[in-house]
Amino acid sequence: MKPAAFEHAAPEGLRDALALLARPGVKPLSGGQSLSPMMNLRLVRPATLVDVKRLADLRGVAESSGHIRFGAAITHAEIEDGAVPDPSCGLMPHVAHGIAYRAVRNRGTLGGSLAHADPAADWPSVMVALGASIITSGGRRLAAEAFILAPFTTALQPGEIILAIEVPRLPPGARWGYCKINRKIGEFAKAIGVAIESPRRLLAGAVEGPPVLLDAPGDIAARLPHLDAAALRLAGIAVQRAIAMMEA
Amino acid sequence: MKQGVGASIPRKEDDRFLHGRGRYVGDIQLPHMREVAFLRSPVAHGIIRGLRAPQGTQIFTMQDLTGVAPIRAPSSLPGFRRTDQWPLAHQRVRQVGEPIAMVMAATRAEAEDILDTIALDIEELPAATDMLAHRAGPVIHEGWPDNVVLHALVDDDLSDVAAPIVIRRRLRTARQHMAPLEGRGVVARWDSRLGQLEMHTSSQMVHVTKTGLAECLGLPESSVRIISPDVGGGFGYKGILLQEEVAIGWLARKLGGTPLRWIEDRREGLSAQANCREHHYDITVHADRDGTILALDCEAHVDGGAYSAYPFSACLEAAQIGSILPGPYIVPRYRCRTWSIATNKPPILPYRGVARTGVCYALETTLDAVARAAGISPVELRLRNLPTPAQMPYTNITRKIFDSGDYPEALRRAAEAVDAAGFAVRQQAARDAGRLIGQGFAVFCEQGAHGTSVYHGWGIPFVPGAEACQARLTPDGGLELRVGVHSHGQGMETTLAQVAHEILGVPVEHVQLIHGDTALTPYSTGTWGSRCAVMAGGAVADACTELRRRLVPMGAHLLQDKDAIFEGGAVLAGQASVSVAEIARTFHRAPQNLTDAMQAQGLDCTVGHKTLRDTGTFSYACHAVEAELDAATGHVCLTRYVIVEDGGVLLNPLIADGQVLGGVAQGIGTALFEEMPYDTAGQPLASTLADYLLPGASDVPDIEILHMETPSPISRFGQKGIGESGAIGPPAAIVNAINNAIAHLEREVTDLPATPERILAALA
Repeated sequence: MKPAAFEHAAPEGLRDALALLARPGVKPLSGGQSLSPMMNLRLVRPATLVDVKRLADLRGVAESSGHIRFGAAITHAEIEDGAVPDPSCGLMPHVAHGIAYRAVRNRGTLGGSLAHADPAADWPSVMVALGASIITSGGRRLAAEAFILAPFTTALQPGEIILAIEVPRLPPGARWGYCKINRKIGEFAKAIGVAIESPRRLLAGAVEGPPVLLDAPGDIAARLPHLDAAALRLAGIAVQRAIAMMEA
Repeated sequence: MKQGVGASIPRKEDDRFLHGRGRYVGDIQLPHMREVAFLRSPVAHGIIRGLRAPQGTQIFTMQDLTGVAPIRAPSSLPGFRRTDQWPLAHQRVRQVGEPIAMVMAATRAEAEDILDTIALDIEELPAATDMLAHRAGPVIHEGWPDNVVLHALVDDDLSDVAAPIVIRRRLRTARQHMAPLEGRGVVARWDSRLGQLEMHTSSQMVHVTKTGLAECLGLPESSVRIISPDVGGGFGYKGILLQEEVAIGWLARKLGGTPLRWIEDRREGLSAQANCREHHYDITVHADRDGTILALDCEAHVDGGAYSAYPFSACLEAAQIGSILPGPYIVPRYRCRTWSIATNKPPILPYRGVARTGVCYALETTLDAVARAAGISPVELRLRNLPTPAQMPYTNITRKIFDSGDYPEALRRAAEAVDAAGFAVRQQAARDAGRLIGQGFAVFCEQGAHGTSVYHGWGIPFVPGAEACQARLTPDGGLELRVGVHSHGQGMETTLAQVAHEILGVPVEHVQLIHGDTALTPYSTGTWGSRCAVMAGGAVADACTELRRRLVPMGAHLLQDKDAIFEGGAVLAGQASVSVAEIARTFHRAPQNLTDAMQAQGLDCTVGHKTLRDTGTFSYACHAVEAELDAATGHVCLTRYVIVEDGGVLLNPLIADGQVLGGVAQGIGTALFEEMPYDTAGQPLASTLADYLLPGASDVPDIEILHMETPSPISRFGQKGIGESGAIGPPAAIVNAINNAIAHLEREVTDLPATPERILAALA
């Protein structure tokens, strides 16, 4: 369980990093919490890893009246700890606190999680629910909903990375609910439900595909025809419990 | 501060563990060390047709290992079928992960690069993956008529039993991985000066490993030294002679000095190495209307995996089921047939609790069904069937001699602690509020430190005899204790020092325990079977008593008073005294002050210990659990966990608590999380910890432990073995709580672990 040989590059600036990433066989390394286990299992064998986590361009946080822009390499722990401002009235720190365990949160990043697009991970669901935008190195700005195409598949082009995530501010005091159904604390989700009061948002995640925004809880079966009865049932429970938490 | 037997002093060894100064096999670095990696079978059952590697690649297969014998762990039980487990597969593979070839390189990654270049041609054969469906075949060992390794029978004709209540259940416990924090690991080199293989390996039983390794390699035992440094969890996983140890031992000898290292990675541990716990029970309890047990009848299967692992063999679990299924109860009539079945999976090994966890689960969940049928509470049913203190020592139906205790009192105290009497009201109130809560109990006893008379009949590769300790007083008054058992979480560096302190008065901090090295310690079968507190504790006491016997005349001679006595770490004569340290100093550095006979006798002795009767101590416990069920998701939350535990006289109550708590965490894993599933082709479906779920801190509730301390009449201080106890009760108590929560729906969970899917299926 040791990776095949690879080169490790830690460029100083974004321009150098992007030049390296344009080459074949190159993968960006952010927190490495999903990539490195896959490399250890030799399921992935990149020729070169480009370490993007230390790039200043990916570490910044910028606030405006309407939103907060997080550098892609902001960690789950920084969100959990309130080391970065929170646009979500507590939803994002709450979610970050429930990701895996602290050692993973210390290294894992918001951008890395979105780029990996594991349907059972938290951020893809939460960013779609919050109506976040993904800013890429290709100069593109994509709604999170349009960014995640399928399990482990995003709109990123080869050599393109996420630079930042722009999250709209919820109105002060906005209520929300979050329900992650999983076997034990920190495990990947079997189902995710997100409910936000204002602007009204309802989402079912961890549904073997991109998370889906719902108009009403009752839409779930129609919106997720590919799910089997048990998974559909769990997704429904997650959404109902998210609503209950929001309304509590 | 009191330091002797019964003192709750903190563990001496924690100083190095908590400050990162522990040293494990993986920490050992030797100059010019090479790393070994193994090519492992990708299929569960097949014939090796060929192996191709690029020109010049150095790989070793069984054909290269000339003179090496297969690992054999036979049993003399009638009908037992022997298996040959070759260090590297010989023509056939019988489990995924079985080592086929060995390579080495400067780093593990480079060794794995070499493995990537090897092309393996295997003709896949149908796999036997289910102990029930594949008992007759496909046959996995050539020449066998079926896959039965052992068929054991405790016979009785029960046709005359006419019981008003007959409850039959079919129950399954899941195959598990033992998952110690530290996996297996080997660092080996040939010492050309001594002509000796020096192997560091993460083992619970260095002497047994040495014997087995010497036999396989065809070496005299003097040519093998096994060292087990700090070990990060044993649980049975480190009580097996590995194919990798034999193969690396051969290669180290061939290389003549180059050190070799292999550190098992998590995937190898999960997919290739020994498993545990997989049982199936078809159990019937016959009872009277008032719940009195009239007879117990059972057919049990154990999935033994592909090979009989050394030294415990593929017979141990099945034979144990037959002998312990009646549990702590009075069972007048009993029949049990057990089959150990060979399958294309890793060998099964005794894991903490061995067969007791499964047996306790089968009997205790069935007894709850009997209680429901009899219309009495689970507590009442058990009280009607447990032996009373007046009946102790009690010889049960399988001739187990329960040495001492008040079993009903343990249950009564647990029931009182969780308000069993008032629970029905609380349960109904919860139901009215839309919540499902349940309460469950498990009562069991644990035979520990059982010896020769129990083991010799099984005829497995070792039989425990006396346990020995070598005790030596050093010139500065320190005490060195050398024991052949190994401490890896049991806290023996502390408890055995406490025993020595009890006898000799030497401060615990001046007692050094030397263990884990065959060159330095007396021969021992090692750490297993909840035997160390009783056996190694007894051995330390006996060796220190022998030292004291020698110290008294020396002290009397120095004090010139033949009536001198030993007290509190000194020899006293009236107001005059001479301490153990002063006598030791005199013996080593001023022997002219002692007689020649005293000088000849010395202050260094090895003494063997046997308990007064070697049928074992019987600790016992009652686990009481309250759980809340989420009927929508099938999730279980443990809201209360109370244990009443009687481990006899506790050498160190703090350490005993730690043992029980750790065991309960593992038992919660068995009850709710851990499962090593295989597909029909014999592929393991949980080869990473993302798939194999272990309980975490948040899954273990606050556990309240209430102690009873009924001395054992057969051990040195009245202590009993409780090392495995915590892991025995949880599955039974937790599933009884779950079943109690859904009893009004007339539903039950039957298979472990009680996952959300299984609970929802039961409720559907």
